[in-house]
Amino acid sequence: MILIVNLNDEEFAYDEFILPIKRIVGKCDVKHYKEVKNVKKYDKIILSGTSLIEKRYLDHDFSWIKEFEGKILGICAGMQVIAMIHDCKLKKCTEIGMYNIKVFTPNKLESEDFEAYCLHNYAVEPNDKFDELFGTKKCTQGIKLKGKEVYGVLFHPEVRNQSIINWFKES
Amino acid sequence: MKLGVLFTGGKDSCYALYKAREKHDVVCLISIISENKESFMFHTPNIEITDLQAKAIGLPLLKQVTKGEKEKELKDLEIAIENAVKKYKIEGIVTGAVESVYQATRVQKICNKLGLGCFNPLWKRNQEELLKEIVDEKFKVIISGVFAYPLDFQWLGKVIDKDMIERLIDLSHGKYEISPTGEGGEYESTVLDAPFFKKEIEIIDFEIVDMIDSGVYNIKGGLK
Repeated sequence: MILIVNLNDEEFAYDEFILPIKRIVGKCDVKHYKEVKNVKKYDKIILSGTSLIEKRYLDHDFSWIKEFEGKILGICAGMQVIAMIHDCKLKKCTEIGMYNIKVFTPNKLESEDFEAYCLHNYAVEPNDKFDELFGTKKCTQGIKLKGKEVYGVLFHPEVRNQSIINWFKES
Repeated sequence: MKLGVLFTGGKDSCYALYKAREKHDVVCLISIISENKESFMFHTPNIEITDLQAKAIGLPLLKQVTKGEKEKELKDLEIAIENAVKKYKIEGIVTGAVESVYQATRVQKICNKLGLGCFNPLWKRNQEELLKEIVDEKFKVIISGVFAYPLDFQWLGKVIDKDMIERLIDLSHGKYEISPTGEGGEYESTVLDAPFFKKEIEIIDFEIVDMIDSGVYNIKGGLK
């Protein structure tokens, strides 16, 4: 069973940032990040992206993610959360629209350079706990936690790269 | 949160307004009147009818005329949104974007610059389902512009109903690859009535402008 964690505090963002993922995933649970307590019944978790005005999730304690044994895919804000709980810093980096993404490290998500839809004001500076999978000229676009099936992508795969979410769902 | 809706008078922006009003305080409509009938960014057929629609809905309408030159029209959109912030204290913008990254990106950039929320309640909706939902919710929508073969003047002025949706879906699955919602600019629509309209718009007179590869249904309307 997959859990989608909604990182938006603004209720109106649900239709734009949660429903498109839910339509790809199909049967799943959705919980707001402040309501997540017991995640043992799930084998996969997707941390959603947010609208550009959202910042409150940055102050929340997500340490439970470190204990989760299953697969995780963080999208945009979700990637930031994964990186921060592993001691990475954020840096200002605004990218809005379609961008060319380069593959830096062979990985299971995308094998060749591709285009993706970006919507962020902050990127992460990955430390040595992560493999850097993708990037644009300005910032890191994809990371994998070494030794675990924990991924983060800064772009929004639910918009133009649904195959990544399908891979995550079926793998 | 006080919101302004980018309003074209077409089905998507009207339905986005309908969804926004379910949960939020929509305080104004914003329409961009483009003098360029080929605008990539803005809907043009019957854009003047937004005055009547705003009266029918009971919301103030803030209009901004643009020459419709690429990128300059975005500056005009920014001016319109800034005016809405000053006059109506809006904190966010709602759009009817479904698939168009081109349009969504440009509005997102303006909102980000101005520190406003940008919400797209129809984003990535299945186009067939969305069209059926709009009809099921009793929106009265007509085709007011056709811009892609095999859509021609015979479609103009017709109400989008279940039969028309089936025809549009057939075209979308056939060799023409028409988007059933007109997302690729294949057609434009005008909403004459919706559940939140206090009065229906009636067509008093109309003119069909039939060109070789496109056609527009210009309406002179009134409130019933």
